[in-house]
Amino acid sequence: MRSKGDYILRRIASAVGTLFVAVSMNFLLFRILPGSAAVSMAHVPGAGPGLREALTREFGLNHPLYVQYVLYLWQLVHLNLAVSFYYHQPVLGLLISDLGNTIPLVVLGTVFSVVFGVLTGIVGAWLRGSALEHLSVVPALAFYATPVQWLGLMLILLFGSVLPTSGRSDPFLFNPSFAQESLSVLNHLILPSLTLGLVLYGQYTLIVRSAMLETLCEDYVLTAKAVGYSKPRILRVYALRNGILPVISVIALSAGFVVGGAILVETVFNYPGVGLAVYNAILNRDYPMLQGAFLILTVSVVLCNLVADLIYFRLDPRIS
Amino acid sequence: MAAPQIRELPSAEGLTSEDAAASSPMAKVWRAMWGNKTAFVGLVVLVVLIVLSVFAPLIAPYPINQQVGQPFTPPSVHHLLGLDDAGYDVFSLLLYGLRISLLVGFSATIIASALGTLIGIIAGYRGGIIDNLLMRLTDYFLVIPLLPLMIVVADLWGATLFHIIAVIGLLSWTMTAIVIRAQVRSLREYMFIRRARATGASHTRIIIQHILPQVMPLVVANTVLNISYAVFTETALAFLGIGDPSQVSLGTMIEFGFQRGAITDGAWWAIVPPGLLVTVIVLACSLIGRGIETTFNPRLNLAHLSMRRARLIPRPPASQNSRAGGANGTSA
Repeated sequence: MRSKGDYILRRIASAVGTLFVAVSMNFLLFRILPGSAAVSMAHVPGAGPGLREALTREFGLNHPLYVQYVLYLWQLVHLNLAVSFYYHQPVLGLLISDLGNTIPLVVLGTVFSVVFGVLTGIVGAWLRGSALEHLSVVPALAFYATPVQWLGLMLILLFGSVLPTSGRSDPFLFNPSFAQESLSVLNHLILPSLTLGLVLYGQYTLIVRSAMLETLCEDYVLTAKAVGYSKPRILRVYALRNGILPVISVIALSAGFVVGGAILVETVFNYPGVGLAVYNAILNRDYPMLQGAFLILTVSVVLCNLVADLIYFRLDPRIS
Repeated sequence: MAAPQIRELPSAEGLTSEDAAASSPMAKVWRAMWGNKTAFVGLVVLVVLIVLSVFAPLIAPYPINQQVGQPFTPPSVHHLLGLDDAGYDVFSLLLYGLRISLLVGFSATIIASALGTLIGIIAGYRGGIIDNLLMRLTDYFLVIPLLPLMIVVADLWGATLFHIIAVIGLLSWTMTAIVIRAQVRSLREYMFIRRARATGASHTRIIIQHILPQVMPLVVANTVLNISYAVFTETALAFLGIGDPSQVSLGTMIEFGFQRGAITDGAWWAIVPPGLLVTVIVLACSLIGRGIETTFNPRLNLAHLSMRRARLIPRPPASQNSRAGGANGTSA
């Protein structure tokens, strides 16, 4: 089918376009804004003249802006994101190991929020019009309105005595076996991912609920009622499928929000992911690190959006 | 001109010229807020908070720039919410912090809403290549994660109060633009706009006289939601150390609580109130915004949707007046 290929191509083109804009912005922000570290790109504190010279050459810092831009893109293609001022190591390597910590956190938080959000959304639609409806909608709204970092701190206040609140795993485990180490890592993931999940789930509740309510006033649902199908069956067969569909696009749309949340959660729980790298980069005035982290986060969000678009396309035959 | 598809609006949405003359959309917004219980609660809460923040200097029992007791003194009759890590009165700080947070929220929102409405109207009204370009731009901004972008811009630019307002305002117009554009696009083809155009009204006049009043409810709903977003973002930026160090805001209060050991000392009173207050602001704004939206999307209010009472409830009589007014009875 031509239209199908067209759609996919258009989505990919748009994703590439967004990436290009993000990369250009990433370049411009750090070179143009007052107080930026454009010139100090090569002035890695404590670096030897060799490294400085190499960086100046690689990023063309003594050339006009457009040459720098081309060189920046060129270095990017070769995955060169410059050297961290603070760690004196290539930014990319640092960020990749951080990303390895962030992904489980974000995935766990998202899975929790989607499952919990869809369930409470169904309950909310089911109980529409009764007093119990508020049990689904009010907490959803309240958690949605809570500042992420503050919710994390509240969870620390409440559960800090039972669960680990800082770091990726227990640094004092003596010669841990693989099972011990994994258990410790999982333990350290509970509170951060719970925080992320709790602030995210509200929107899914509301979306699922209203999508199901919309579906429930379609004529075919009325017909199904008239035919005499049971309520659970109507919900499951007619409403749920349509109610869950928008969840996928909301997952994609909220990817940016998730990233923002991850930065705050990782800061609160001192969890060594990309978000904490952003925070430390701000603290240490480590511009290459900040620039690299922003790039990695943007690329991840754009890719998530692309994937969600393609999944949505497969699931919803109405799109062409 | 685009395809001349002439449609007359159903009066339930109140968009024909006669209807607009009878009761303007903004009048409906006000009536919606009075009639809708949740929106009304939100409005009252927001007004109370605004009054508190405006009169903060009169209400605050202690000055916020000097120590008034032992650090981390628990709440008592003298200090309603106790003292913070430096021995400052938390309640007084809270009032002044509310001030700055609302200032950031409202100022940033004015920028964002104005920008979003402008872009939405231009894109929706002009159509064609301008629409295409503006919507492409909007798409990009919609996808790029905003908080990291704001962090980068605010950090590089320097984190003064003005810069933070500007950064939040200039970067969070996307949703407003999208919503407004969609509305304007459909408005453009309606009878009363086409009549106005036929009588020779200029584009500026049509936009100001006919389009703007019709999109105003959406603008207001979006503006209110934007306020909550801006307040929220201010706390996030402040928490990451990107805040004006010379100003106390709800965000910096949370940050100080975190950085200066309120948690480890168990001084919950230094950190619970500011976050709770942010939650209340955001909640109040979303109640108002949702209330207005519900009024203008009557589909959400049909009583027969209830699965528990699955029997059919007859629709209200379909006379024009009762349908147009039906939105007001939402909470009933």
